Amino acid sequence: MDLLYFAWVREAVGTGHERIDLPDGIGTIAALLDWLAARDPRHAAAFADRTRLRAAIDQRFVALDAPLDDAREVAIFPPVTGG
Amino acid sequence: MIRVLVSPEPIDVTTELARIEALEAGAVATFTGIVRADDGVSLLDLEHYPGATETALETLAAEAVAHWRLTGAIIVHRIGAMRPGERIVLVATAASHRAAALDACACLIDRLKTEAPFWKRETRGRETRWVDARDADHAAADRWKTTLSDQ
Repeated sequence: MDLLYFAWVREAVGTGHERIDLPDGIGTIAALLDWLAARDPRHAAAFADRTRLRAAIDQRFVALDAPLDDAREVAIFPPVTGG
Repeated sequence: MIRVLVSPEPIDVTTELARIEALEAGAVATFTGIVRADDGVSLLDLEHYPGATETALETLAAEAVAHWRLTGAIIVHRIGAMRPGERIVLVATAASHRAAALDACACLIDRLKTEAPFWKRETRGRETRWVDARDADHAAADRWKTTLSDQ
């Protein structure tokens, strides 16, 4: 699975892209964030306040409790500020 | 006609306006967003989510075209580094009459601000910071939800 990070989330994690093998039993984005945070302190810091995070699965915006199903690409980012 | 462009190049309003006027609809409305200079910002950097950004903008444009029966809609958004006075975004809509063109244009810029994956980073002097999302922007976008759900 490809993970993408944008804006300050990218800076906090330390990379804009990483590829992971999703372990069994991780069913939602929230569970994925818990798993990533437990592995690495930078991820833990970036994901500490979930109210500041938004997500997309395969380039579609979803809630953090959305099921991963057969997701190929998951993106984590702050609320958008374009325009 | 729907045209979406996300590019680091300066936005050429003249060319885009000529493109939408060539449709020969009765009314064309445009909105241009410009980097503000009045609060000490020396540089603005726009990050985006390649692929997802274009899809989001195309979806917004298609919904506006369907709802207001537009002849055309153009959304051009700049990315990368830009300075005060430069254009960040252009929205142009064409319809038979002005109300549809004006409302669709306002709807597109309001929804773009909360639904398209762009992130602004400001530089003031030596300080750089990511811009926070504004509640007012969400309120502005939310008021179109009722409009778009009325058919």
